[in-house]
Amino acid sequence: MISSVILAGFQTTVQDCGRVGLRKFGVTPGGALDSVSLRLANLLVGNPDCMAGLECSSGRVRLKVDVDRLVAWAGGEFKIRVGDDLIPILHCARVSAGAAIEISPKRGGRAWLAISGGVDVPEILGSRATDLRAHFGGWAGRVLRDGDELPLGGESKLCSRMRKEISDVVSDWSAPRFVPRGRFLRVIRGKNWEDDIGEKLLGQKFRVAMNSDRMGLRLEGGEILPGNPRELVSEAVAPGTIQLPPSGAPVVLLGDCQTIGGYPKIAHVITVDLGHAAQLQPLDEVRFELIELEEARALLRERERDVALFRAGLEARFG
Amino acid sequence: MKISPLGDSALTLDFADESSDQARLLARTLSAAERLEGANLPGVMDVTCAYESVAVFFDPARIEQHFEDKIGALVSSAGIRALRKARKIEIPVCYDDEFALDLARVAGQTFLTGDAIIALHSSIEYTVACIGFVPGFPFLAGLSDKLRVPRLESPRTKVPAGSVAIANAQAGIYPFESPGGWNVIGCTPLRLFRATENPPTLLRPGDRVRFRRITRAQFDAEQE
Repeated sequence: MISSVILAGFQTTVQDCGRVGLRKFGVTPGGALDSVSLRLANLLVGNPDCMAGLECSSGRVRLKVDVDRLVAWAGGEFKIRVGDDLIPILHCARVSAGAAIEISPKRGGRAWLAISGGVDVPEILGSRATDLRAHFGGWAGRVLRDGDELPLGGESKLCSRMRKEISDVVSDWSAPRFVPRGRFLRVIRGKNWEDDIGEKLLGQKFRVAMNSDRMGLRLEGGEILPGNPRELVSEAVAPGTIQLPPSGAPVVLLGDCQTIGGYPKIAHVITVDLGHAAQLQPLDEVRFELIELEEARALLRERERDVALFRAGLEARFG
Repeated sequence: MKISPLGDSALTLDFADESSDQARLLARTLSAAERLEGANLPGVMDVTCAYESVAVFFDPARIEQHFEDKIGALVSSAGIRALRKARKIEIPVCYDDEFALDLARVAGQTFLTGDAIIALHSSIEYTVACIGFVPGFPFLAGLSDKLRVPRLESPRTKVPAGSVAIANAQAGIYPFESPGGWNVIGCTPLRLFRATENPPTLLRPGDRVRFRRITRAQFDAEQE
């Protein structure tokens, strides 16, 4: 049971929900930059939600499976086809053995593709996610290349029941979509927030710099000059943390960020908006909006409830 | 101790106000981290420490009421016990010119000879303050003031695996080839990070570390 990578695109990686509890060894959580998108795609094909799938960004990706499978995807603006059939976002589709799955970015961003049974690469430190900086996990610790052959895991009973329910190619069921609210990322205050710095963060438009990657979005175009640039004692940072280096150009940390940092932490993008942050591409514009901590946690609980309701709905129908 | 949110799913406990003594603060954070890990509070997913602070990562949907108070109470009674059982680990280092990419530069800035720098560097017992930057990279506290040199003005895009380096008040070791801006003065044949083992790192926070000078031939013999 293999998925052959005919065309690998530019930065396609195997990702799951990442590594937990290893920060004290310097190991970043990593995993899908928008874990909710991956989880919904997995649920749609009958997988446990954190199974390994593919994270695609730029470049055309073409895959082939040697067995009948179900696929689903979530994320940015992509055109994903199975043969000639277009697969709408957050739906489940049947793929026959030998058929090609073609993923092409429209506006792009990042997309997560789940295949029933999951990508069955070895679990390393409790996860199948690719750690690109430390070169381990995923497929040989690196981005996929043309010609790679990814092992697929066995399907669950849920998958086979779902397959029987798809009369044409695409399912009549779909998952809830969490749409970004314009180009705003909501933030809460960080430890080193100061009102004048905050005013500049909230009052300007920023542009995503070319050298942004899975570690962080480097922002330019709106400068925040720190009042008194200080060297702080390094401490833990997290995905979402907005650091302010002496240059005055803020950096929004993403899933592959390092575990500790010494720059002032002026604010944090809230967890439910990290998936939207992961969709931003170089030259995109972004603005920030301040909310309170309790609201951020309430939004996160609300979204988890929506995911749980969707899962319960699928289990009621197919379980 | 000061507790502040680190985003919506984590807290930072800052101990800087409890002491001005670095070794004491380190002991305090390590003890607090150990206590929190041992407590297995519902919803807690990760505990990590760095110098003067501990961070607790959790799932906001799974934590119990008065979570912060519970953490505060646990940590207040944790004391500074952790360092008594510190492991002692020796790291062999070859300081030959081919590895010591910045030794001449450090000599110029410290007005010390290469041999004096090596003697100083390998005579100190360091403490692993934390591990970060990349998996397995130890931040070692205890470097002699005489060896304080700033980071490189423009970082290298590729520092070789095993490079032993210094910057400001810290010493460190690059576990694998990566970009970096510290002054490289030697190389160890030991592997500091193995993803296929758990724990994956040779060193852990709180460990005591000494460097031992080895020859090029010993380097080859000990290469892992």
